[in-house]
Amino acid sequence: MKRLRDRMEYRPLVSLLVILLLCGIISGGSFFKISVVDGHLYGRLLDILRNGSRYMILAVGMTMVLATGGTDISVGSVMAISGALACSIVDRRILLGLNGNVFAAVVLALGIGAVCGAWNGFLVAKLKVQPIVATLILMTAGRGIAQLIADGKIVTITSDAYYHISGGYIAGLPVPMYIAALMLALALLLTKKTAFGLAVESIGVNADSARLAGIAVEKNLWLIYVFCGVCAALAGLIESAGIKGADCNNCGLMIEMDGILAVAIGGTSLSGGRFSFVSSIIGALVVQTITTMILAFGVAPEVIRVFKALIVIVVCLAQSPAFMSRLKGVLDKKRVVAQG
Amino acid sequence: MAQKELLKMQHIDKQFPGVIALKDVHFSLRAGEIHALLGENGAGKSTLIKVLTGVERMDGGSVQIEDEQVAIRSPLDAQKHGISTVYQEVNLCPHLTVAENIYVGREPLRAGRIDWKEIHRRSRELLKRFDLGIDVTKQLDNYPVAVQQMIAIARAVDVQAKILILDEPTSSLSNTEVQKLFAIMNMLKAQGMGIVFVTHFLDQVYEVTDRITILRDGGYVGTYDTADLPKVELIGKMIGKDPEALDEGSRPSGQTDAGEEYLCLEGVGTDAISDVSLRLRQGEVSGFSGLLGSGRSEIARAIFGADRIHTGKVSVNGKETAIKTPLDAIHADIAFCSENRKKEGIIGDLTIRENIIIALQAKRGLGRAIRYSEAQKLAEHFIKELGIKTPSADQKIKNLSGGNQQKVLLARWLATDPKLLILDEPTRGIDIGAKAEIQKIVKGLAEDGMSCVFISSEMEEMLHCCSRMFVLRDKKIVAELEKDAISEASIMACMVGEGEESV
Repeated sequence: MKRLRDRMEYRPLVSLLVILLLCGIISGGSFFKISVVDGHLYGRLLDILRNGSRYMILAVGMTMVLATGGTDISVGSVMAISGALACSIVDRRILLGLNGNVFAAVVLALGIGAVCGAWNGFLVAKLKVQPIVATLILMTAGRGIAQLIADGKIVTITSDAYYHISGGYIAGLPVPMYIAALMLALALLLTKKTAFGLAVESIGVNADSARLAGIAVEKNLWLIYVFCGVCAALAGLIESAGIKGADCNNCGLMIEMDGILAVAIGGTSLSGGRFSFVSSIIGALVVQTITTMILAFGVAPEVIRVFKALIVIVVCLAQSPAFMSRLKGVLDKKRVVAQG
Repeated sequence: MAQKELLKMQHIDKQFPGVIALKDVHFSLRAGEIHALLGENGAGKSTLIKVLTGVERMDGGSVQIEDEQVAIRSPLDAQKHGISTVYQEVNLCPHLTVAENIYVGREPLRAGRIDWKEIHRRSRELLKRFDLGIDVTKQLDNYPVAVQQMIAIARAVDVQAKILILDEPTSSLSNTEVQKLFAIMNMLKAQGMGIVFVTHFLDQVYEVTDRITILRDGGYVGTYDTADLPKVELIGKMIGKDPEALDEGSRPSGQTDAGEEYLCLEGVGTDAISDVSLRLRQGEVSGFSGLLGSGRSEIARAIFGADRIHTGKVSVNGKETAIKTPLDAIHADIAFCSENRKKEGIIGDLTIRENIIIALQAKRGLGRAIRYSEAQKLAEHFIKELGIKTPSADQKIKNLSGGNQQKVLLARWLATDPKLLILDEPTRGIDIGAKAEIQKIVKGLAEDGMSCVFISSEMEEMLHCCSRMFVLRDKKIVAELEKDAISEASIMACMVGEGEESV
């Protein structure tokens, strides 16, 4: 067993706890309050878990892509596509034969996420297009596809079953939390029980060596992008269920950057290699906590972005070994001076 | 002996996490001398040089330049103190022109603007001293590695340096180029420059150096006048035991004749080679010899599925087999160590354990991960068996020395239990001790019935290891020699086209 300090999860976890603690202190404790209404748990912490689930799910998919040294900036658009498809089916606008069946809508939406991922994978693995350029294509075109599916309208729906995806509760806890936990479990199972994790890491560190060691680089890359696409589609379902409709222009707008930020805060190198899902999940929670905190404390709208930027800068600096060792050096010197 | 001490390093200590890289090491350099820094891989040569050039900070000790205490904190500091370095691997910018590479960071100005005319004129003059009449306005990557290496040296010489460090500058140079380099080194020496020369080629040490400092396992062994230290003693000091203990001379002879044929190529062609036919038998070491670019690596890559085969037939164990990818080859019990250890061998950020099991894992399929306990057992077995120097199997492979990295790669393939093992330049850039060990291992494997292919540029090593020799010229096999027919003369004759032409 490695000591806690040496684990990848250590620094992001400390960041998360410090931010939460600050929130608690500033709010005088009300930030941590959890109340029970109708057998459901309510409170800021629950909000973080519920609203953060989108980031967590995206981060799981994104972690694997980044670990191979790639990137996927199309996840926001894939979210829009999946939301548009699912809502259009539920609202009986397309595929009337399904009669608005929610289950079928969910399955098809996840399927289209997989197709989007396969397209990205085809460009990256087969045609060797640089990942950022390859996924830029779908990032741009994706919203157009979503518009096409939704016939250019904002699709609003009335379906309790569909709302449940975002607003429901199981045993007092919000449903999206379970979905995020399920994806995490699936990803951990996939990478720890099989040697898929080793393949991902070796591709990220040195794809040429991995190929000559017998790893089917193309096939695995392809799979990874498909997985990331499915994760994005799932996040899109949660988002559209939350706003009770599909807004092709705004669903998941710029969320790819938050997803990448979550993974980066989690400590997975963007140039590929070592990765940790748990770490990325913690990173996603950090991102969501910052958002929730801003809303909770009623930060004036015009300074929200600056405020968020400041926190992100501090978190990133705290994660940087180079910065921390330099800071430590400066502090030590001061101490010596003070003693002398 | 009135030469002044140009550089004096004393009691140098340096630790890396889990490894003591240097312990109480001394090194001194006089003006106007060429001083060899020798030691096996992992002995601490590179670390000492990194400390001297400011790439790494030392943990303890002192550095004096011309009797003045100095602190070298960065490569820039080192340059300011007149230390100039040429590294083993060319570190120039391939997309800049030759002249730009030579003058980057110190461009002569005229009226506040870069004076290109002057840069080109000076570059041409500088390179003329090296007998290089190349177009300095062309991009660097138009020229072969050897030329690039010469340009790197020219650049290092041109900055006003008092101390020149050459870290294995000759490994990619041909004989004539080495001679040119030596002439330049002697010229610089006469001008009073102090030169540190790191190399694995002992003949070159005796040819050009004045003194020798030897390191072993991060410790200081001693400094000697080159003329007073016979080669045998030198080797003994480097490896820390009697030279006789090394696997000496036993020519591969006792191998059984009746080895079963394992692999057969008939008229195989790829983008790089065409119409190659050969048979590899079990229980013997076959050599591919030929000049660089003669196709020896390309045949190996074709067999392993690293390059796509377009035409011809491959049979493994008498059965026709399609090898389209490295994974296909691994399933056919074939293993291959690329000559490009860094780019196509090691997976730097992964541990030794992961680097060892990865091919076995691929062979078994990715569906079920090899258990930690099994992986650890395998890793420990090979660390002991092959004598890999590391504190634990958890060490990242990139932290190991070249020789130990090579052993880990060998372990990766042995773990897959191959019937055919192809080693392309497995001993390049590796010290004598590890070299002899690897040769011994390969011969042992063949005696146990494995079919081995050995590729090396060093004739001595090929003669030592191989009982069958395929000689290549211009991407074709021009001769197949056996046992007593193998000699340096016969191989050379075939290489240049005077020997037998039929296969």
